[in-house]
Amino acid sequence: MAVIRDMMPMFELFQPANVADAVSLLDRHGSEAWVLAGGMDTFDWLKDRTKRPNVVVDLSQIKELRGIKESGGGLEIGAMTPLTEVTRHPLVRERFGLLMEAARVVASPQIRNQGTLGGNISQDTRCWYYRSGWSCYRAGGNICYADTPTAINREHAILGADRCVAVSPSDTAPALIALDAHLVIRNARGERVVAAEDYFVGPALDITRMTALRPGDLLTAIRIPATWAGAQFYFEKVRDRNVWDFPLVNVAAAMKFSGPTIQGIRLAVGAVAAQPLRLTRVEAAVTGKPRNAETAELAGQLAIDGAVPLRYNGYKVPLMRNLVKRAIRGEQAATT
Amino acid sequence: MNFLTWGRNPWGQQVLTHVSWDLLWASLFAGLMFLVAHGSYMILSYRKRSSSETDALEAANKDLPTMITRHSFMARVFHWVQAAAMFTLLFTAFLPIVGVKFAWVQYHWIAGLVLTGSIIYHIIHASFFLDFWSIWVGPKDIPELRAELLRELGHEVPGPKAGKYPLAHRLYHVAIVVVGLASVITGILMMSRVRTPIFPRNPYLFSDVTWGFTYVLHGFAGVALIGLVIAHIYFAVRPEKWWITKSMIVGWVSRREYLEHHDPARWNVRRGKAQPAGRM
Repeated sequence: MAVIRDMMPMFELFQPANVADAVSLLDRHGSEAWVLAGGMDTFDWLKDRTKRPNVVVDLSQIKELRGIKESGGGLEIGAMTPLTEVTRHPLVRERFGLLMEAARVVASPQIRNQGTLGGNISQDTRCWYYRSGWSCYRAGGNICYADTPTAINREHAILGADRCVAVSPSDTAPALIALDAHLVIRNARGERVVAAEDYFVGPALDITRMTALRPGDLLTAIRIPATWAGAQFYFEKVRDRNVWDFPLVNVAAAMKFSGPTIQGIRLAVGAVAAQPLRLTRVEAAVTGKPRNAETAELAGQLAIDGAVPLRYNGYKVPLMRNLVKRAIRGEQAATT
Repeated sequence: MNFLTWGRNPWGQQVLTHVSWDLLWASLFAGLMFLVAHGSYMILSYRKRSSSETDALEAANKDLPTMITRHSFMARVFHWVQAAAMFTLLFTAFLPIVGVKFAWVQYHWIAGLVLTGSIIYHIIHASFFLDFWSIWVGPKDIPELRAELLRELGHEVPGPKAGKYPLAHRLYHVAIVVVGLASVITGILMMSRVRTPIFPRNPYLFSDVTWGFTYVLHGFAGVALIGLVIAHIYFAVRPEKWWITKSMIVGWVSRREYLEHHDPARWNVRRGKAQPAGRM
């Protein structure tokens, strides 16, 4: 079990001043290195001694990783941009209110001041069995303690479980998938750009990682194309405590209409699987249909097709269905 | 290099989790080194046996058919189904470990079930429809072992030839039985830890300690299979062994191959001619 201490363990700390140096350090130290962004997830791991990196690369001194700029009608957001800045930036509010809404409900104001967009989408799962340092599948072992007959698994996955039933806890991740964002990753061999929906990795593909980041990789920017700028958006997050908490389920949708008809839609949900899920079948089913209760019902039913609840998280199935229905109907917190 | 990996369970016990995947590289390296060493030896030292002895045998056995059944159709089907399942198992097990990521678990257990089914079929087929003891080794094979070793060292030895299966085949069969059964039995047990439509999921079937040993045994068997499969493929494609490989494809060997490599007293095809091909 994890040892909880107030003091940080020993590690070698690097604070590079630019991306090139950071990439060079990450390349040199490989899997021994830990990337520190805002520290909101990192400090738990390190203080609990669950993760024991020899090297920590702190990105806080790299100015080029911060800030939001316009790019071809879309936006390029530095991975180290604090969530508060994301929520307040006029271009985000004006064109991509979906991201603003999602970032606005992440944790608490203090955490949003310190936490970064890159960190929020790259954070590890909150599964307490995994975070307690036991040797579950995700930690390289041979069992999922959360998927046992006596497990406490109220917050765990109802879809996409493959040995591990942990879920992605990010609020901004479904929003970025709905906005068709692309993520820029640098390493010593160059740069690659991956679609947001491909950035997140499920346990079937790699049970020990949540993202496409590998040792030596650095997420540098999030690019949001102009495609969905000014579309109708919907974001809703259900959590146990409205003051601040991780999502039980969240949903993000970007929709375009031709009169009453849904002309195009991107829809994603979070906290129901190890990666935020884009609901492509739902998108295909509702495209070309009117925005009404019937279409919403169809979407809700399709969304939960194949859901397999665990002992204590059966409530997530109707919750997800209803959130998808509400996203299609556009009630409550719809923003434009 | 580590041989085992350990973890800690919720009760604070240190438990085995896996074999170290360093062993994957060790097995791959050992298999390839064997291949290089044997290949080099064969290039530098191999002497083809004189054909005069076989000519004489062939002249004296003209009553034998020109094509002699070595593997029945069903035996060949078993072999190739098993081979396909084995390749699928090895690729799905080890490609993700070396960095080729894909959703492998379902393919792996399906291939495992195919292999299990083929092994069950083989056990029944070999026990009741084939000469069961022809594939096993025992003290009676010591003279053949001695003769084979001396021949490999370049001596002209008139000693005993093989029965239906050469000694190396039978030794390989013993190894693959041990390793294959270990991987299949542990694999079937491990299926209770993943979601399948076959078994109800029950991760508490065994204690953590027993599960640890099960995973370790499965891992050892898996990495051992890499070396064994490399050796098998290597010998299957060697020119002087090609007649055996061909027989696993077409089912028969020529009269000359039979007389050159087999002892008619130990694999009597005249007696077998009266029997159905499946009993050969």
